Amino acid sequence: MTDRADSSGGTTAPPAPRSAAPATGSGGRGGPDGGRGGRGDRTPRLPGRRGTGAPRPRRRSLRSRLRRDWQLLLMTLPAIALLAVFHYTPTLGNIIAFQDYNPWDGVIGSPWVGFSQFERLFTDARFWSAAGNTLMIAAIQLVFFFPIPIGLAILLDSVLSPRMRLLLQSIVYMPHFFSWVLVVTLFQQILGGAGLFSQILRQNGYAPLDVMTNPDAFLFVVTSQMIWKDAGWGTIIFLAALAAINQNLYESAAVDGAGRWRRMWHITLPGLRPVIILLLILKLGDILNVGFEQFYLQRDAFGANVSEVLDTFIYHQTLVTGNFSAGAVAGLVKGIVGLILIVLANKLAHRMGENGIYRRS
Amino acid sequence: MSTLFADRPVWAERPSLPARAAKNTTLAAIAVVIIFPLYIVVLTSLSPASAVNSAGGLVLVPQGISFQAYADLFSGGVVTRAVLVSLGVTAVGTAVSLAATILAAYGLSQTGSLWHRPLLFAVLLTFLFAPGMIPLYLLVSNVGLIDSYWSLILPTAVNAFNLVVMRAFFMNLPGEISDSARVDGASEWTILTRLVLPMSKGVTAVIGLFYAVGYWNAFFNAILYINDNSKWPLQLILRQYVQQGQQLSSNSVIGDAVQGTASAPNLAIQMAIVVVALVPVTFVYPLVQKHFTKGVIIGAVKG
Repeated sequence: MTDRADSSGGTTAPPAPRSAAPATGSGGRGGPDGGRGGRGDRTPRLPGRRGTGAPRPRRRSLRSRLRRDWQLLLMTLPAIALLAVFHYTPTLGNIIAFQDYNPWDGVIGSPWVGFSQFERLFTDARFWSAAGNTLMIAAIQLVFFFPIPIGLAILLDSVLSPRMRLLLQSIVYMPHFFSWVLVVTLFQQILGGAGLFSQILRQNGYAPLDVMTNPDAFLFVVTSQMIWKDAGWGTIIFLAALAAINQNLYESAAVDGAGRWRRMWHITLPGLRPVIILLLILKLGDILNVGFEQFYLQRDAFGANVSEVLDTFIYHQTLVTGNFSAGAVAGLVKGIVGLILIVLANKLAHRMGENGIYRRS
Repeated sequence: MSTLFADRPVWAERPSLPARAAKNTTLAAIAVVIIFPLYIVVLTSLSPASAVNSAGGLVLVPQGISFQAYADLFSGGVVTRAVLVSLGVTAVGTAVSLAATILAAYGLSQTGSLWHRPLLFAVLLTFLFAPGMIPLYLLVSNVGLIDSYWSLILPTAVNAFNLVVMRAFFMNLPGEISDSARVDGASEWTILTRLVLPMSKGVTAVIGLFYAVGYWNAFFNAILYINDNSKWPLQLILRQYVQQGQQLSSNSVIGDAVQGTASAPNLAIQMAIVVVALVPVTFVYPLVQKHFTKGVIIGAVKG
């Protein structure tokens, strides 16, 4: 594998990166590779250094490049090794989806069963129920959770005193850093059968109301939890987009007689549009990942009928029943569908002129 | 509330009184909804038995103060141990994660270096798919990490997103100083530690916070990988004794020293566990918050 910036010889900076480049890490400069196409092309390089400066031999031997870059490679090694062991190796381990795996025989010794695990999965009503719940929760998140950070960001942005704003931001960001166990516990203490709400009802002579075990309230409860935990954190990206809107637009609109609402409609919202579209598309690509701990923690209280999502289904399939292949096959199906969704979502993003999480190659 | 309108631009009209009232009420309500549960939890944990009993549950109005619940928790029982486990995993994990992330972010920030592209690609590819819970569990089990604290650290040690954010930050630093240091014969290690890191305190703090909060809050990996409940981190204790409401007195949650003597009410102890889980996060995060815009938004958000 030679790297292109180096083998392209005397040409100037490589244009856009060709690799998968998450826009999230790009600093707005077009992919992690963007911005500076190699440190070397800004200042003339000494011979034997990296970069694409002209006074360089067209091709360097692997050995001399190794001598030049071994420190960098050594630095990269621990992270790459961790990813190789704990990301790529288990990814290959998905092969047990085609086996009737048992831990004593291992991957080598376990019998191969072709697609029969898939057949069993697709005829399992609980799998379809979990898939249905996942999509339902994702849809609810999209409709009821997604717009809230936008509104909240506009609201926060309208607070003019910097200190007040910082205080409010500190408060609304905070719950993002609480664990799901903590959030669920707090909700239980307020809304549960032994919680504050029921306590007040009881003291006033009413029957207590346990919202936290009522299956009909499940969607309401989990959505409230998501909003409580993450709506504030979600404003960060919109606040950044709001700060990037040219203030002169507001001024000239105001001079032209546009009122507060018209300015919001014609300036603020169009300014937020790219971010909104991007996040919507990313959300579509991520629709099967509705969260895990939140549902795992409340599965017993609300019942598997409403609260089982794909991830908890995989867990209970396997680690409770001991059938590893059944869990792996569900995970593999989820992963493949998720991958397809990400690719489709990015196609959509590119079509709408956005970057998506990777660029068009 | 006049400070709220300190810097209104000259062209903007002052909103009408009802509009201002509505806005301020909304903001105040949001703040209350977030703070109120924390308030009653902290208050109940600090309330004496009489206050908890007379309130018939959670305490809304302060009636005296008692640190009995905390004294019970930290008298050497399960909770003490769990707090130590969580602190240890968080400290070691954050150190490992930050080291691996910073090194790799720097190693990959020099475009044009050997194997830079394939290595970067290998990092970025992890965004597209997760290995899946079951194969990961089997791997952790096969390498013998079940019931080891390392199982709570190594599988999540490198977060590709954090790595990419950090790398983007390094690449946006002015390169001229590093270049001249390199000309003077400085090693990459020297450039990283002497030149690059001192310029990257904010982003390091933010990424460090993300990792630390992740380790402190980690719950499910302990469910998967830690069977021995004497090695449980705090979040599992929180779940067992507070969320699931398992009785505390029948267990050794509180140390032997205080068993049999007058201890704090069950609810106060439960709430004290919540507070213990809450406090590190609430105290560390404001210190780092000022870097959020710089470190995170610049690095991550401007998609």
